[in-house]
Amino acid sequence: MTLSVGGVVSFAAGAVGSVVRLVRRLVNPSAARPAGRGSPASGWLAVTVLREPSEVDIAALPAPLAELGGRVEARTRPAPGGKGTELAARLRDRPPGGSPAARLTGRDPQADLRSALRQAKQVLEAGEVLAVDPAPHGKRPPTPGGLLLEAWTKVAPKAGVR
Amino acid sequence: MKAVTWRGVNKIGVEDVPEPTILNDHDIILEVGLSTTCGSDLHLLGGYIPAMRAGDVLGHEFMGTVVEVGHGVTKHHVGDRVVVVSFIGCGQCWYCRQGLWSLCDNGNPNPGITEALWGQSIGGCFGYSHAMGGWAGSHAPYIRVPYADQGAFAIPDGVSDERALFASDAAPTGWTGAHQAGVEAADVVAVWGAGGVGQMAARAAMLMGAERVVVIDRYDNRLEQVRTHIGAETLDYEQVDVPGELREMTGGRGPDVCIEAVGMEAHSPGPQYLYDQVKQQLRLQTDRPTAVREAIYACRKGGTVFTLGVFAGLVDKFPLGAVMNKALTLRGAQQHGQRYVPQILEHMSRDELRTEHLATHVMSLDDGPKGYEMFKNKEDGCVRAVFRPGA
Ligand SMILES: NC(=O)c1ccc[n+]([C@@H]2O[C@H](COP(=O)([O-])OP(=O)(O)OC[C@H]3O[C@@H](n4cnc5c(N)ncnc54)[C@H](O)[C@@H]3O)[C@@H](O)[C@H]2O)c1
Ligand SMILES: [Zn+2]
Ligand SMILES: [Zn+2]
Repeated sequence: MTLSVGGVVSFAAGAVGSVVRLVRRLVNPSAARPAGRGSPASGWLAVTVLREPSEVDIAALPAPLAELGGRVEARTRPAPGGKGTELAARLRDRPPGGSPAARLTGRDPQADLRSALRQAKQVLEAGEVLAVDPAPHGKRPPTPGGLLLEAWTKVAPKAGVR
Repeated sequence: MKAVTWRGVNKIGVEDVPEPTILNDHDIILEVGLSTTCGSDLHLLGGYIPAMRAGDVLGHEFMGTVVEVGHGVTKHHVGDRVVVVSFIGCGQCWYCRQGLWSLCDNGNPNPGITEALWGQSIGGCFGYSHAMGGWAGSHAPYIRVPYADQGAFAIPDGVSDERALFASDAAPTGWTGAHQAGVEAADVVAVWGAGGVGQMAARAAMLMGAERVVVIDRYDNRLEQVRTHIGAETLDYEQVDVPGELREMTGGRGPDVCIEAVGMEAHSPGPQYLYDQVKQQLRLQTDRPTAVREAIYACRKGGTVFTLGVFAGLVDKFPLGAVMNKALTLRGAQQHGQRYVPQILEHMSRDELRTEHLATHVMSLDDGPKGYEMFKNKEDGCVRAVFRPGA
């Protein structure tokens, strides 16, 4: 494979452009705005963790979030209805460029934070980050469709609707 | 080790793949005893769920023997005979705690794909594409099972492998449909599809006290299985007008609960079949919802329609007017197996649930391509092709 991962990803984004546009309309009614202005100004990403607020200590966050260090700020609040604690985090320095398409393909500035937040939730709830690789598989010929999917799979842990 | 893999649209292979290893503390490694084809695999085979990569190991309905356990596993030991639920649930998130296991927040390491499609991601599933986590499937001698204390269940002595196998997917799917659709004593329940899933939904409805259960299909051998092994009534949709017949059976009301167990590749005898197929092939709709439409028309006012059949994206000509004006409840779900397997295994031990008749063709992994061919085309009365990796 001669393309870099980034190259494959942008190829992926191009080839699935119409799907992404469709999905964009589905997930974000305001997606008619130009790309780059899609991300919410506040920048908070959030997950709800089934733990008491006292058990989600932002001074001692699980490794995946802690590793981002001073780049992020975090906050918590109780979730209604016994659903646990809402854990939110955002980049202190928020560059522009989080269009819905970039978010769906994990290429936005918050991509690493999004996956760190999901992993932190896993650590708090299930005690560890679930690993899927290496999963047994057979021969994978480098077809365009296959490479596209592989690229999307690689970024899928970081990708999301917001 | 040898495994049955997806090689492309309508292409199944048998090839060498590496053996799985324990990656998380809550994993076990299972030596697969039996692993079956499921109607859901046909959607992968046909390319309707476009997140399969050539070389992916297929199979998500299986049982076997524990050969290795991770440090965090407390319920299982080497040598235990267990059946494993197709969906991977952590048991600790809010959804798992609500019993909505297939919605687990933590079981799918690739949440970005289904979030893009549906707005939220659901749990992971063995052998069911990279959208559902990229987990290797069970058509192989060994499989890694994460969150094993939650997803693997000891098989009671006296329940055969062939019976227990279907406590992995077909039976819990049927239980999910009947229970979540709110089947109650004295209900009349209609089930579309007499495959493994439809048959199990019918049996679940009967055990939940339904007054009358009717299963609809066009294959004689499957309808015959429903009458002999499940004990429900049947209708052949090529012989009768299904909504009319159901109305007559229910004093003009229509069934209280309609369970659809057909899915996105539904067949129909009318001209709309051609319409749906062309639109699906042109990618103007991703799914053919024939049976759901019929279920909505047939259902009594204020009744419930439940889609157990798998749908991936968008459908066309959806009778929303009937849903709204008849005050229907429309629900669906992937199976919440971890919630239902204990009661299913009890029913199996008491002979109240028999499933071995579903395994019409048992074969070795080498016969993978032939097994899928037979299952897809329903050749020789095939209801499920089952692989025995040890054979
Ligand atoms: N919700 C879940 O968790 C879950 C789990 C397993 C399977 N499934 C889905 O359930 C569906 C059925 O699975 P299966 O293994 O029984 O499949 P199957 O292919 O063995 O059976 C499907 C049956 O539907 C019948 N059918 C087709 N069109 C019909 C129509 N218009 N009216 C009535 N019957 C019709 C077919 O003749 C066939 O007998 C599939 O879509 C599968 O993906 C869902
Ligand atoms: Zn299945
Ligand atoms: Zn969970």
